[in-house]
Amino acid sequence: MKLRVDYRASLSLVGSILKYLAVPLCFPLLVALYYGETVVPFAVTIPLTVVLGAGLERLDPDPDIRAREGFLMVGLTWLSVAVVGAVPYLIEAHGIPPAVAPVRPASTLGNPANALFESMSGFTTTGATVLGEISFDAHTRGIMMWRQLTQWLGGMGIVVLAVAILPELSVGGAQLMDAEAPGPGIEKLTPRIAETARALWGAYIGFTVLEAALLYGLFLLGIDPNLTLYNAVAHALTTMPTGGFSPEARSIEALSAAAQWIIIPFMVAAGVNFALFWHALTGDPRHVFEDTEFRSYVGVMAALTALLSVLLFTGAGFTASAPADGTFDAAYLGEVSGIIVGQVEPTLRHAAFQVVAIVTTTGYASIDFNAWSTPAKYVLLFAMFIGGSAGSTGGSVKVVRWYVIVKSVRRELYTTAHPEAVRPVRLAGRALDERAIRGIYAFTLLYLVIFFVATGLLFLDGVRHGQTLTLLETMAAAASTLGNVGPGFGVAGPMGSYLGFSNAAKLFMVALMWIGRLEILPVLVLLTPEYWRR
Amino acid sequence: MRVVIVGAGQVGSSIAADLADVHEVVVIDSDAERVEDMNYSHDVLAIAGDGTAVSTLEEAGVDDAGMVIASTDDDETNIVVCSTVKAISDAFTIARVKNTEYLRTWQRSKKAFGIDFMVCTNLLAAESIVRIIGLPAARDVDPFAGGRVQMAEFEVAENSPVSNVTIREADRFEALTFAAILRNGTVEIPRGETVIQPNDRVVVIGTPKSVQEFARTVAPDESPGTAEEVVVVGGSEIGFHVARLLEERGFRPRLIERDPERARNLAEKLPDTVVMESDATDTEFLEREHVGDADLVVAALESDEKNLLVSLLAARIGVERTVAVIDTTEYVDLFEAVGVDVGVNPREVVAEEITRFTREGGAENVALIESDKAEVLEIEVDDASVLAGREIRESIQQLPEGVVVGAITRDREFITPRGDTVVEAGDHVVLFVDAAVVSEVTPEL
Repeated sequence: MKLRVDYRASLSLVGSILKYLAVPLCFPLLVALYYGETVVPFAVTIPLTVVLGAGLERLDPDPDIRAREGFLMVGLTWLSVAVVGAVPYLIEAHGIPPAVAPVRPASTLGNPANALFESMSGFTTTGATVLGEISFDAHTRGIMMWRQLTQWLGGMGIVVLAVAILPELSVGGAQLMDAEAPGPGIEKLTPRIAETARALWGAYIGFTVLEAALLYGLFLLGIDPNLTLYNAVAHALTTMPTGGFSPEARSIEALSAAAQWIIIPFMVAAGVNFALFWHALTGDPRHVFEDTEFRSYVGVMAALTALLSVLLFTGAGFTASAPADGTFDAAYLGEVSGIIVGQVEPTLRHAAFQVVAIVTTTGYASIDFNAWSTPAKYVLLFAMFIGGSAGSTGGSVKVVRWYVIVKSVRRELYTTAHPEAVRPVRLAGRALDERAIRGIYAFTLLYLVIFFVATGLLFLDGVRHGQTLTLLETMAAAASTLGNVGPGFGVAGPMGSYLGFSNAAKLFMVALMWIGRLEILPVLVLLTPEYWRR
Repeated sequence: MRVVIVGAGQVGSSIAADLADVHEVVVIDSDAERVEDMNYSHDVLAIAGDGTAVSTLEEAGVDDAGMVIASTDDDETNIVVCSTVKAISDAFTIARVKNTEYLRTWQRSKKAFGIDFMVCTNLLAAESIVRIIGLPAARDVDPFAGGRVQMAEFEVAENSPVSNVTIREADRFEALTFAAILRNGTVEIPRGETVIQPNDRVVVIGTPKSVQEFARTVAPDESPGTAEEVVVVGGSEIGFHVARLLEERGFRPRLIERDPERARNLAEKLPDTVVMESDATDTEFLEREHVGDADLVVAALESDEKNLLVSLLAARIGVERTVAVIDTTEYVDLFEAVGVDVGVNPREVVAEEITRFTREGGAENVALIESDKAEVLEIEVDDASVLAGREIRESIQQLPEGVVVGAITRDREFITPRGDTVVEAGDHVVLFVDAAVVSEVTPEL
């Protein structure tokens, strides 16, 4: 059988991108040098990725990318980047001679499945972790910075970044970005796709720098002694990609209320279509507020925040007592709920923070929402399916798709009563192509099917593995990894980790994160025989 | 003045006939028979030839013509005629087009195509239909600033909610300015404390929507407003513009179009219209959709006979009023005799518009109130204008009494003028001016 896909061209371009992965790898290397830690994980990985990349690149000296090669290239890029990204974790966990680094407690990342999970979770901006212990005792600052950086690289998209800087990708770049970009279709901001990619990355870098500066400002002002330069940068690197990794074991709960209030608007911004920022800068900022998706996005978060605030304020958001199996500390529950029940500011802050963190799929936690009651948890589970805006760094289904679905269902009801009526579905006044609507239906249906199948498989694996998972916990784990949210409930809660899952389940979730980040179709198409056949 | 008319069709000959008694008229047409007809039936010089050819135009004497009107049935020919004329003379050029895209281009840049004034057949026909449908209580309605601003004159009846009420109390509309009150033949500029008396005529300027709202307030019984049910049959250009203009006035019309592709296309362009894909002669469909309950049916299909059929059918199933587009001038009276309530002939409408325009002269958009008591003008503000760069409160002091700034549009956006609004150069301003001070005011603007 002769293949119709020019896989050599795809691999060659994957090689180009891998080669350049050496550049960001230098950053944690410098961090490690600064803190006087071992540089071995990076010193090994950098030449490795360059050699591997250059080798792949030689497969096709003049790669020609068309639609089919594009899907393969985008899919493989994310997979191979995640694999290479796992190498520093593995090296750190194994074989660094004691002479080079002080002895540390054994890292959970020594297990290749765990290292790959952590790396994929990083690049797909999921933020689900399998670290046994999140602290600088267990891991070097360099490794922890690499963990943050993977999210930042994955946020706006590795392929978008590649299109911005690699001239050979300018032709076909739009197709590549389309395969990677969240939401239906991409919006060209400039005639040249590379410029569009640069504009998007420019806004992304700008926000990251601004957030890091504001957070570090809190440290300088003495408001939050925990926000050292390292921490300020680390949190900015994982807010803007809607990632959710934190070098703090207690996530954002470890930071002051002021820092939490600062992070909320940045998470909101990260879930906004970045093209809107570009329009705001180059055109009329008022148009941003007229954007249908933006309004629905803000509206849905405001509504959920209000609902959750009421639950938390009245105390209905907390379980009456600790569960019998002792999944969390009863004393801690009393402490947390006691602080915020009946208090306006903390209730509002935690409700807004948690809703925004889940809707945008950032997955940070300002409070251990594991201690909340089932109704409050269901609000969050529901929020996991909303997602950010198209063209943002957020994951999940995306607001615009739900908007279109609601509108087209209403149209369906209308045409049932008036069969001759012709009613296009409008998005911001513009009529949508019926094919686009069909695509949205197909995506959403597929998303939900995968979610249910994944829930079932994870549940079965839990039984096989001897894990006691509730249905809510399994659903949350599936929704969280598929939607690139991060934390779930129970063992995988915001203060816990996915460590307890079996290796098989973890690898399955790696796949979920991968197809979730690339919005299913570009990955699934690779699995169809029609794609490969001549 | 010498006026050259290219195209001796119905529009051209009608204009020629109207202008012949005042002006020296030369008509060009490529059809020799028509030319001969012209020469015998009207007091004009008719020349056979190609209106786009320089030689023919020179033969017609465009060099010292004051005005050239291109009124053939072909848009592109008319445009080329105007461009050619502009290249060889200084005559004022008027072109008639059907395609609204050309109109839009020309409105963006009045230098486009070398045309000084453009009239769009389909749009004008639609506008005159909508004027018949719209605002039953209004005596007069005129559009400004490309339809974004409307001037309307209302008569206040004895039992109207706004009679015996001060302007301040009546002014509950954000995008509406009370420009004048016409009482016993005099023009009065209203102040906040002015009381609206029964039988006054109130002139308001504002967005079409706010004018519509005001209409509902003035005469709640007379103007059912948005509740008025209009069904447009036929998605022709005219049908489309009727629906679009009705939407602008806050109606939610229904439009019936048979061709699926055209129906979809129209549905995309008309967000507030319910487009139905069906044959308007399908009685079962008409019954199911209760078309008979409509207050008015506009028949805007491509053929006169079909429009007649639709109108008669509509009247039969209980529609109160029918308006039909009739292309053939001779049919208008005939159709009205057999049962169409109002027949609208697009060519006639265009001929009227061009004639009206040539009579008025000048490129400003003007509406006359009460035949000459006052004028409503639309001007584009330049740096030299007394209005530019200052608050209206301040600039109005420098103008004589009897001037009201009714509406401002900036970058196609409506701005409600208030005392502290600053007018910028480039804005379009719609002013109400008392006839007594027009000549004094115009140079200042």
